Amino acid sequence: MYRQTDIISDAQVSPQEGDLVINVGPQHPATHGVLHLVITLNGETIKKVEPHLGYIHRSIEKMCESLTYRQFIYVTSRMDYLSAHINNHACALCVEKGLQVEIPARAQVIRVLMDELTRIASHELWWGAMAMDLGAFTPFFHAFRERETINDIMEETCGARLTMNYMVPGGVMQDVHPNFQRRVKEFIQLYKRKIHEYDELVTGNIIFQNRMKGVGYLSPEDAVAYGCSGPVTRGSGVSSDIRKIYPYEIYDKLNFDEVLESGGDSFARYMIRIREMHESIKIIEQLIDNIPEGDFQAKTKAVLKLPKGEFYTRVETARGELGVYIVSEGGTTPYRIKFRSPGFSNLSVLDHIARGSKIGDLVAMMGTLDLVIPDIDR
Amino acid sequence: MFIVKYIKDILGAVKSLAIGMKRTLYYFTHHKEIITQQYPDNKDTLVLPERFKGEVVMPHNEVNEHRCTGCTACELACPNGTIKVVTKFDITPDGKKKKAIDKLVYHLELCTMCNLCIEACPSDAIKMAQTFEHSVYDRSQLTKILNNPGSKIMEGVE
Repeated sequence: MYRQTDIISDAQVSPQEGDLVINVGPQHPATHGVLHLVITLNGETIKKVEPHLGYIHRSIEKMCESLTYRQFIYVTSRMDYLSAHINNHACALCVEKGLQVEIPARAQVIRVLMDELTRIASHELWWGAMAMDLGAFTPFFHAFRERETINDIMEETCGARLTMNYMVPGGVMQDVHPNFQRRVKEFIQLYKRKIHEYDELVTGNIIFQNRMKGVGYLSPEDAVAYGCSGPVTRGSGVSSDIRKIYPYEIYDKLNFDEVLESGGDSFARYMIRIREMHESIKIIEQLIDNIPEGDFQAKTKAVLKLPKGEFYTRVETARGELGVYIVSEGGTTPYRIKFRSPGFSNLSVLDHIARGSKIGDLVAMMGTLDLVIPDIDR
Repeated sequence: MFIVKYIKDILGAVKSLAIGMKRTLYYFTHHKEIITQQYPDNKDTLVLPERFKGEVVMPHNEVNEHRCTGCTACELACPNGTIKVVTKFDITPDGKKKKAIDKLVYHLELCTMCNLCIEACPSDAIKMAQTFEHSVYDRSQLTKILNNPGSKIMEGVE
């Protein structure tokens, strides 16, 4: 078992004579956003990586305190904008938990379908950006071809491509578009026809494998000690899928596997996300022909008031565990909201896995953590 | 045995690179599978889905009538203060005062297209339009008044 004191003691690395301290970011193409890394180098070997945060802090938690329970959900699309649906889902679930509303079966199925489509879209973008970090530019366009199909489906049903605001307390905002089932089936066909290209272009490539295998090793103990979640922990072999451990909506009735790899290196985390896309396709295939008839939204009052108390829900986003914690004083606005975002914990492990490796591998390691900076700062 | 493994590794590496290059060359010679659209050139054929959220508009009929009663439900539902309803009192023919909208001010620069105002509207007076090219030279041009000048409420809408 990893002791807490070990982490604290080896954090005390101060630059010595001959060390080079360089800044990566806040405006740097490799960090996918405004992340500022202060790197202490000894030659080419990394001694310490210190992330500086706050460049895109919009105080979303504080903003939410002045918005009503219907209004605050749209802001959370701007946290982890690549899994906007899942963020909205978590907030809607938390409000529903407070209101004690029963969600119609149709709404539950639509929500799960949207979540899984978002997860695939997010992993597609990650895959393209990851390959681009390592210098391969073409895969980005291959990934965007499939992602664009999902964006078109979202545009048709939800009316927006990225920040949809489709999940509302009680269900979903609108019923699915009449074309939805046909379009999703077309997407599944396209995905199955094209997915082998991913392996041909990137996974099997010898340069890619040499840059990923054995790089950025994270042991299962450290993954737990740093509070990582999602594909980062599963790459180290720790079971952490919220959909399996604390099932919400209809996930306990679905047949899918939790993807686990035992490598713990960058390649294991890469494989987790590739295999997770297949699992999401499996879930969509089970549900797309079985959307039950009925209402898409439960009847709720015009003004929502949560009873006095504390409510917490968690969901599995494309990056890991997202927790929503609402403290209510009985009014129409929350007294306090806290989001436990997966990106923040996953970033904190970067210093640990980067120490001792070469600076050229830093971007590869950061890529496999799948960081979304607005999610870290909020 | 070391030399056999060494040569095998080199051959495997070359093969993996050739597989990737084959896929790239496939798309180089198959132009029909490329799905990229040239945006400003395809403007005539570009059709956005009817649910696309581009801008809030208020539909008027042929005789310049709208369905807005001035209930301010949209103003209350908006998270950003995008909509401001300015009401006035009309005198009906039988001498009674009746509340009606003077102006429905819409700040496009503040709008996040969350669709909450459309959901809140009890009389379907406003809807989302499919426009998306909103850039102008001055911010004041983004503040719009949604009801047409001289318009009044449709008969039968309460």
